[in-house]
Amino acid sequence: MAGNLQNLFARLKEKGSQSLKGNGSAGKRESEVLSPFRVIVSKEISDHIRSWRFIILLAVIAMACLGSVYVAVANIGEALKSDDPENPFIFLKLFTVSDGTLPPFFVFVSFLGPLLGISMGFDAINSEQIKGTLSRVLAQPVHRDNLLNAKFTAALYVISVMFFALGFLVMGVGLIVTGLPPTAGEFLRVVFFIIISIFYVSFWLNLSILFSVKFRQPATSALAGIATWLFFTVFYGIIVSVVAKAAAPSETATTQQVVSYQEFILNLLRVLPSQLFSDATSTLLVPTVRSLGPLTMEQVVGTIPGPLPLGQSLLLVWPQITGLIAATILCFILSYLSFMRREVRSR
Amino acid sequence: MDRYIIELIDLTKVYGTFTAVDKLNLAIPRGEIYGLLGPNGAGKSTAILMMLGLTEPISGTVNVCGINSTTNPIEVRRKVGYLPEDVGFYEDYTGLENLVYTARLNSIPPVEAEEKAMSLLERVGLKDEAGKKAGKYSRGMRQRLGLADVLIKSPEVIILDEPTLGIDPKGVQELLDLIVRLSKEEGHTVLLSSHHLHQVQEICDRVGLIVNGKLIAEGNIASLSQQLFADEPLSLEAGLKMPTQNNDVSRVENLIETLRNLEGVMKVNLQGNELHIGCSQDNTEKIVEAIIKNGVGLSYLNKKEYGLNEIYNRYFEEVNNSR
Repeated sequence: MAGNLQNLFARLKEKGSQSLKGNGSAGKRESEVLSPFRVIVSKEISDHIRSWRFIILLAVIAMACLGSVYVAVANIGEALKSDDPENPFIFLKLFTVSDGTLPPFFVFVSFLGPLLGISMGFDAINSEQIKGTLSRVLAQPVHRDNLLNAKFTAALYVISVMFFALGFLVMGVGLIVTGLPPTAGEFLRVVFFIIISIFYVSFWLNLSILFSVKFRQPATSALAGIATWLFFTVFYGIIVSVVAKAAAPSETATTQQVVSYQEFILNLLRVLPSQLFSDATSTLLVPTVRSLGPLTMEQVVGTIPGPLPLGQSLLLVWPQITGLIAATILCFILSYLSFMRREVRSR
Repeated sequence: MDRYIIELIDLTKVYGTFTAVDKLNLAIPRGEIYGLLGPNGAGKSTAILMMLGLTEPISGTVNVCGINSTTNPIEVRRKVGYLPEDVGFYEDYTGLENLVYTARLNSIPPVEAEEKAMSLLERVGLKDEAGKKAGKYSRGMRQRLGLADVLIKSPEVIILDEPTLGIDPKGVQELLDLIVRLSKEEGHTVLLSSHHLHQVQEICDRVGLIVNGKLIAEGNIASLSQQLFADEPLSLEAGLKMPTQNNDVSRVENLIETLRNLEGVMKVNLQGNELHIGCSQDNTEKIVEAIIKNGVGLSYLNKKEYGLNEIYNRYFEEVNNSR
């Protein structure tokens, strides 16, 4: 690390002297002066990348991703045979096909994404408080929201780079193994899938930043984050099924009642960020998905079975994406409210 | 330019039912080294936090360098270097990297930041430790690094919160010398808080005594003792050779009685072998005469100047008595 830094300094020096020699103008020199926000972001990014925590998570996620790609590639032939021969979206199968031994890629993301988000944010603020660096940094001419925004931006930046790299890696492996080039539509669908994954992780990131503002101990905030995650993945589903049983319509119920009951249960599930995420991703990665709710026979009659165009798929999941972003912003606002006017004491 | 670089007017901060800072008024002129003294929990740190806009007052105003700290904290923080109590650094970063980071937060270009950080590390005596991780620094080194961290933005005002806490006596001496030297060289105004009286006494031009959120006395040491010891400006300590026999003990009692009747003597207290005598006028001769006449052995006689310790103790006596 010391070596890296020396290199960095050497490079900075070079740059400095170049700009002095080159133009001799103050303008270029001033361009090196980053705003405090960008200074904090670059520090946080380098902290993330060097931290063991990130390296371990990266290794876990990369392994899961490669494993799922391996399974997908092994089973893609079978999937193609059994499927509609007119289905042109072979490439997307890389992300969704599985033989049951390993879940497909997008399930992995929905499972490991929260863990990634929580682990990158749970000690954002409170560890600085405990180390005594918070009051030192905030005694500099730095806006408080700069610190909060920078923590978020840096983690988001690292996550984005990582997801794009992984997504493109999977595409590259698929390209080499299957020899099939993706169409523009497929490529865009994967890009949107990655973007939605980033939104999803950023929700968990913001939630854990909120906990790190609220709780003084990093252990508490990590636990709170993981507890929320467990609640949403395990217990919430149980509660919904209990409610579903209790509210189930009788056998003599009209179609309308059954439909409204189905919608009610679906809406209960849609409180879950993971449900929103899996709705959105499955629609994007499986273009034949036409609706996320129940469809009546009248609605289906006369439709031509076939994939939706990308625009229509996006339109279908627009509420889900909006919901995810709204939840993210909500967490952000709450962190703001409690952080902006709080008293900053040393330790 | 304003006459006072730090100005607090009727500053009040209340936590629930506890009043931490109670209508505090303070005015510090440019270039002064000012010591804020008080016991723990007196409201020193809270007052300092309000000066930096790190917490908001309930009422009253704070102006630092003529800028309101509550409404415009960013501008204030450009001009004020603050060393928090028990300062922390990024432990995985070297001392130099920590300083460079602070410099860059203050919009100093990287190359200049590094040069400046190196020269400051040299001045605070950490040149050899520049490449060492801050997590491995000792307490005293951390405090010196903190001083460099404060100075790197070339502030007009330096605010140090308990800078000497937890450092050994030699380290304290060095640190205080450093503060005085650096501030005199660059003409900084220094505000430092402490509950260590004698340390502050040595370096401060003026001190303010703050207790329960109120400024109870202010001035240099001499004027402080005048304010607090108006009734008995002089104090004598007499070391007695304590007699062992019974009739000798009565001699001492007689002596105390005689002394109490002497003109100008306000207070006589016997503590062990030592006799504390507070007088309103200088009548040392008569006291010595009385001691010898009563046949009590005198081993020494000391005319006492009031230091901060006495001032401090005295004040707390009054507070406790009034309760």
